[in-house]
Amino acid sequence: MIHSLFLINASGDIFLEKHWKSVVSRSVCDYFFEAQERASEPENVPPVIPTPHHYLISVLRHRIYFVAVIQSEVPPLFVIEFLHRVVDTFQDYFGVCTEAAIKDNVVVVYELLEEMLDNGFPLATESNILKELIKPPTILRTMVNTITGSTNVGEQLPTGQLSVVPWRRTGVKYTNNEAYFDVVEEIDAIIDKSGSTITAEIQGVIDACVKLTGMPDLTLSFMNPRLLDDVSFHPCVRFKRWEAERILSFIPPDGNFRLLSYHVSSQNLVAIPVYVKHNITFREGSSQGRFDLTLGPKQTMGKSVEAVLVSSQLPRGVLNANLNPSQGTYTFDPVTKMLTWDVGKINPQKLPSLKGSMSLQAGASKPDENPTINIQLKIQQMAISGLKVNRLDMYGEKYKPFKGIKYMTKAGKFQVRT
Amino acid sequence: MDVGFSSLRSEAVGAMRTALVSAENLQLTLKPELSQEEQALTNSKSSIKETHKAGNEDLKEMLESNKESLKLEAMKRVVGLIAKGKNASELFPAVVKNVASKNIELKKLVYVYLVRYAEEQQDLALLSISTFQRALKDPNQFIRGSALRVLSSIRVPIIVPIMMLAIKEAAADLSPYVRKTSAHAIQKLYSLDPDQKEQLIEVIEKLLKDKSTLVAGSVVMAFEEVCPDRIDLIHKNYRKLCNLLVDVEEWGQVVIISMLTRYARTQFTSPWKEGANFDENNAKAFYDSDSEEKKDTTEDKPYIMDPDHRLLLRNTKPLLQSRNTAVVMCVAQLYWHLAPTHEVNTVTKSLVRLLRSHREVQYIVLQNIATMSIQRKGMFEPYMKSFYVRSTDATHIKTLKLEILTNLANEANISTILREFQTYVKSQDKAFAAATIQAIGRCATNITEVTDTCLSGLVLLLSNRDETVVAESVVVIKKLLQTQPTQHSEIIKHMAKLFDNITVSMARASILWLIGEYCDRVPKIAPDVLRKMAKTFTAEEDIVKLQTVNLAAKLYLTNSKQTKLLTQYILNLGKYDQSYDIRDRTRFIRQLIVPNEKSGALNKYARRILLAPKPAPLLESSFKGQLGQTPLPWTNEMDRDRFQLGTLSHSLNTKAAGYQELSDWPAVAPDQSVRNVEVIEPVQEWAPLVGKTKKAKSADKFYSDDEREKEEEGSESSGSKDSSSSSSSGSSSEESGSESEEESSEESEKTSSDSGKSSSGSEKSSSESESEPKKKKKTKKAPQKKSKPPAAFSDSDENGNGPVAQASSSSAESSSDSETDSEDSDSDPPATPQKKKKDVKSKPKAEVKSKVEVSLLDLVDFSPAPTNAPKSSVISSSLLSDLEGLSLSNVSSTMQAGASSPPSSPLTPLTSPVVGALGSRLIMNQQKDPKRHEYSSPCPPNLPLPLKLRRLPLKEE
Repeated sequence: MIHSLFLINASGDIFLEKHWKSVVSRSVCDYFFEAQERASEPENVPPVIPTPHHYLISVLRHRIYFVAVIQSEVPPLFVIEFLHRVVDTFQDYFGVCTEAAIKDNVVVVYELLEEMLDNGFPLATESNILKELIKPPTILRTMVNTITGSTNVGEQLPTGQLSVVPWRRTGVKYTNNEAYFDVVEEIDAIIDKSGSTITAEIQGVIDACVKLTGMPDLTLSFMNPRLLDDVSFHPCVRFKRWEAERILSFIPPDGNFRLLSYHVSSQNLVAIPVYVKHNITFREGSSQGRFDLTLGPKQTMGKSVEAVLVSSQLPRGVLNANLNPSQGTYTFDPVTKMLTWDVGKINPQKLPSLKGSMSLQAGASKPDENPTINIQLKIQQMAISGLKVNRLDMYGEKYKPFKGIKYMTKAGKFQVRT
Repeated sequence: MDVGFSSLRSEAVGAMRTALVSAENLQLTLKPELSQEEQALTNSKSSIKETHKAGNEDLKEMLESNKESLKLEAMKRVVGLIAKGKNASELFPAVVKNVASKNIELKKLVYVYLVRYAEEQQDLALLSISTFQRALKDPNQFIRGSALRVLSSIRVPIIVPIMMLAIKEAAADLSPYVRKTSAHAIQKLYSLDPDQKEQLIEVIEKLLKDKSTLVAGSVVMAFEEVCPDRIDLIHKNYRKLCNLLVDVEEWGQVVIISMLTRYARTQFTSPWKEGANFDENNAKAFYDSDSEEKKDTTEDKPYIMDPDHRLLLRNTKPLLQSRNTAVVMCVAQLYWHLAPTHEVNTVTKSLVRLLRSHREVQYIVLQNIATMSIQRKGMFEPYMKSFYVRSTDATHIKTLKLEILTNLANEANISTILREFQTYVKSQDKAFAAATIQAIGRCATNITEVTDTCLSGLVLLLSNRDETVVAESVVVIKKLLQTQPTQHSEIIKHMAKLFDNITVSMARASILWLIGEYCDRVPKIAPDVLRKMAKTFTAEEDIVKLQTVNLAAKLYLTNSKQTKLLTQYILNLGKYDQSYDIRDRTRFIRQLIVPNEKSGALNKYARRILLAPKPAPLLESSFKGQLGQTPLPWTNEMDRDRFQLGTLSHSLNTKAAGYQELSDWPAVAPDQSVRNVEVIEPVQEWAPLVGKTKKAKSADKFYSDDEREKEEEGSESSGSKDSSSSSSSGSSSEESGSESEEESSEESEKTSSDSGKSSSGSEKSSSESESEPKKKKKTKKAPQKKSKPPAAFSDSDENGNGPVAQASSSSAESSSDSETDSEDSDSDPPATPQKKKKDVKSKPKAEVKSKVEVSLLDLVDFSPAPTNAPKSSVISSSLLSDLEGLSLSNVSSTMQAGASSPPSSPLTPLTSPVVGALGSRLIMNQQKDPKRHEYSSPCPPNLPLPLKLRRLPLKEE
C-alpha cells in the first residue's frame, strides 16, 4: 500500500522521508514539483499524480505537503484519509503541525509513523492506542526522562489493541471526573447579489473532551433528534441504539475526540445570522473604484455576533485599497490582492462599515466580476439549528461526573456574491 | 603663473604617486592577511568536514559506550539523519550491536535503523537475526509482534526460510496481535520471494479462518496481494467476514469491502433487470425498476436475491455512517456495483456528506459522483445545490462540480443551473469560465428547450472583454449551430463582424469554418471575409490557414464568379507555405476544385464532397462512457466508468498496476452451497438451512454480542480445508453435499439431546457439553475471565490458556481459537487424537523442507529441538522423539523454563551456550517470570545462526 512518505514544505524542500518498504529515491518527488509548478495556486496541485513507476497521492495541510508514494492499485481515499489522520496525530502530539515542530520532534515522528503503518498498511491510528505506545512529549516528561532515564515508549501492547473498545485505554484515573461536549454548528451558504439565499445548509459536530475514571458508559439524548438528517459517528457509538431510539450510547475514548458529525435536514429553513450591504463598483475608464460594505445582524435570536472576519479576493487589476473601517482593522495584500477586515463584534446600534476607494492599474479595463465576500463569524451559546441536548447519563461507574455542554455557531463556507 | 601651475601640478602628481605607492603597499600588506583569513576559512571548512566525519565517529563512540543514555542520544541523532535522507549506513555495525538492548526506546530506534539499511548490509544484518528469533518467543505478545514485524521487514533474501517459519508459528499464535503481524509479514515475504507463494497461501488460508476482528483486515489484505484470484478461499469465510465487518478496524473494512465486491460479482446473479441496461438514463426505468423487475423476469424465472448477497448489502449499510471517508466511499461503490437499482440511492446522502471534508477527499468523491451522475441523474438531483461552486474552491474542484451540475441538468432545473452558470462565466478564473461555456454548450444540446436561450447567451458573451471567454464561446456556438443549422444567419453575421477583433486562432478558425459551411446563408459577407483573409493569410496560424483554404474552396464552388481570383491567390500562397500540411492541403484542394485534364472523376463530385452535410459533434462529459462504442484508437481518453468506482484507476482513468477487474455478473449463479459452513453445534430448530436464516438474524446487529455468533462461526471447518485444494466450484459442491449430510445427522443428534430448551440456550449448553471433553484433554487450566466458557476452549496446539497480558480482552481471546476449532472440530471427540497426530505430522513435513533450505544457509549444527513441546502431552513419546530427530536446534530457552517439557528432554543442555550474554540475561528473566509457566505459545523450531556468525560476539567487537 503506502510505500513511502515525503514531507515537503512551502519552499519545496523535502524535510522528512520515511519508507515502509524498500527505499524509493526522493527523485520521485520531481514529478510532484513539476505538477506544483503547473498549478497556479498551492491548492491546485492535483491530489493524485501518476508517474512512470509510482503514484503520488498528496495532501496539503498547514502549508506542508504530505506526499505518499504508492506502487499499485489502492483506493485513493484510503491514502488521503490516512494522511489526514497522520496530520491530526501530529497536531494532537505537538499542538501544532508545522515544519519546526516536526523537525524538533523528529524521533517521535518517526516512532509514530513506524507504529501507524506496517508494510504500508495502517496498524494503529487510534490516538488512545498511540499515546500508550509513545507518550506525547511534554517539557515535564522530558525533564523526568533525562533524570530517571525512563523513556517515552511503552513496553506493553496497548490494552486497546486487543479489547473490544480499541479506542479506550484501561486503567484511566482522574481525580476530577469531567465530561464536556461542544456542539458546534457551521453554516454553509451562498448569498447572491440581491441578498437572497441561493443555498444554505447547516453542518454540525459534537466534539467531546471526556476525562472519566474507569470504563464509563455514557448515553446522550437530544430534545429534537429529528433535526439530524445524516450523521457519522465515532466508532464508539452504538449504531443500533441510535437506529432504534435516537440515543447516542457509547464508551468514550479518553481525552478529546469527535463524537458525531451531522447534517441538518435541508427541509428546515436556515437562519442567516448576518446580512451584508455592499456596493463595489469599478468605473470604466477611470482608475478608481468604490468600495462600500456594511454588515448587520439578521437572525441571531438575540445573541451577539462575534469574531467577525470579512475577507475578499479583489480583482487582479486592483493596485491598492484606501479604506476606512468604522470599527476593527483591515489589511490589503497587494501581491495576493486579498482584503481582510477584522470586524470583531457586531453592534446592532452602530453597524460596522468599511468604505473607501480602490486604485486600479492605469489603463486596465474594468474587471468584469465583482469580488466574492467570505465571512467568518461566531455566535456563542446557540446552535443555529436549534439542536438541544436533553441529558447525559453515565452507567458503569459509581462516581458523579461533572458534565458540561456548550453550543456554538460558526460560519463555514459563507459567501456573499456581489 | 605658468610656472606656478606646473610646479603645483608636479607636486600634485608626486603626491598622487606616493599615495598610489602607499596604497599598493597597503594592498601588499593586506594581501597576506587576506590569504591568511582565506586559509583560516578553508581550514575551518575542512575542519567542518572533519567534524562531520568526527560526528559520525562521535556517534559510533556513543553507540559503543556503556551508557544507555548516550546510546539513546546517538540513536536519536541517527534517526534524525535517516529522516533527512542522509546516509548513515556506515554506522551499521555499531548500531546493530544494540539490537538486543533492554531499553525499549533504544531498541525501537535500532529497529528503525535496521529496517532502513538491512537491505544494503545484508551480512551484518544477519547478526541481529538471532535476537529476533529469541524475541519471537517472548512471553510479551507485543515483543513477539514487533520482533516479527522487524524480522519480516528486513529484506535479506537469505533469511527467507527463517521468515517462513516465523510466519507459520505466528499465524498459530494465541495473541491476535501477533497473528495480525504475521498477516502483514506474509505480504512482505511475498514481495521478497514470490516463490514462497504456495506456502504462503496455506498460511493465508489458515488465517482467513481466524475469527478475530483484528486479524480479518490484515489477512484479506495479504490475500489481495498474494493470491487475489483464489476466490475459492473466500467461500467458507464469506459469511463470517460479512458478520465481522462492522467490528473490524476501519482500514480493514476498506480492504474487505473491496474484496467482497469483487467476490460478489463472480458469485451472484445480477440484481439488475434484464434487458434494461444498467446505464439507463431514463428516469422511468429508474423509478419503476422495482415493480417492473418482477414483471419482466417472471417469464423466465423471478429474480430472487441470494441471501448471501443480501447479507453483504445489509451488513455494509451501517458503515455509511463511518467517520472514515474511505470506508464510506467503499460502501458506496459496493452499492453501486452490487445493489439492485432502486437501492443505490441509499448512499447518496453519505457521499454528499463527504463533500464537507478536506479538499483532497472532495476531489476523489466528486470524481466518483461525476461518473455516477451520468448514469443515474436521479441519485444526486435533490442535492444539486451541494455542487454549487464557491469562489474559494480549487480549480479542479470547480471543474468537477461543473461537470456534475451539467450531468444533472434536465428540463426542470435547467433554468436554475443556467442562472448559476451565468455567475461562473464572470469568474476571475478564466479557465473555469471557459469550462463553464463548454458546459452551457452541453446543456444546450442535451435539452432542446433551452438551446435558443443558451445560444443567445453565448452570443452576448462574444462581446466579452476576455479573449479566452470569447474564443470558447465561438467554438461552442459553432458546435451548437451545427446541431441546428436553421436560420442562424444572424449569429453568423454577428460573428463575422467580430472576426477582426478575435485573435485566438481556434476561434478564428471556427468562424471561418462556419462561414464556409453556411456560405449560402451569408452570400454577401462570405466573399468579403475571404478577401480580408487573403490579406492576412501569411500571418495567420496554421489552423486558420487551413480553414481559409477550406473557405476558399467552398466559395469557389458556390460563388466562383466573385471569388475565383481570390481563391487562386490563396491557393498560390498556400502552395509556398512553410507547413507541409498547408502545402498538401492546397495541392489537394486545387486538384479537387479546379477542373483540368489531369483531375479525374473526382472533380465532378467536389461540391458533394466539400459541401456534404456534416454530422453535428456530440457534446458530452469526459466521464461518459460511450455505450457499445470502442474508444477511438487515437484518443487515449476512454470512458471512466469501465473502472470500479473508488479505485485509483478510476481516479486516473488509466489502469493502475495491480488493478483487479470487476467481472461481469455470471449468467447463472455458481453453486451457493460452497459458502455453507458445517455446523457442529446444534442448529436452531427453526433453521434447517444452516447458514442463511441465522445470518439474516445476526446481520442486523451493529455491535453484536459477538460471543454467540463467533460460536456459530466456529463451525466453519473441516470442509473448507479440502475445498481450498479443489479450485473448481463443482467439486467443492459435491463435497459440501456430503458435509451437509453429516451435518444433518449431527443436528438431529444434538437437537434430540437438547430438546425442550430455548434455542440459544440449547446451543450454548450443547456446545458446553461438547467442549467439556476437549477441555479435559487439552487444557489444563480453565481460561480466566471468560464470560462463557465454551467460547474459549483453547488452541489444541497449546496446553495453557491465553497470555496474561491479554486477560482483559476476553472477546479477542475467544476469537483466537478459530483455526484450531476448524482443525479438530470433528463431531465425535474420540477422533481428536488422531486428528492431532495428523496435525503434528504435517508440521514435521514443513520442517524437513526448511531443513533443506537451511543447509543452503551453511548452518553448522543441527540439534534436536522440542518442537510443539506442549503437544507432548498428547503425542506418544516415540512420536515425540521422532519429531525431535527431525527438527532443528532451538536456540530459545523456552524449554528450560517451560514446565510442560519433559524433564528428560535431550536438548536442555544444548540451548544456552549459543546464546550471547544478553540472551542469557533474557533467559534469567524468563526463568524468574512465574507467568512463563502458564504461558504456552508453541515454541517455534528455531534456526540457529551459522556458527561463524555466532562467533562474532556482540560485546567484544
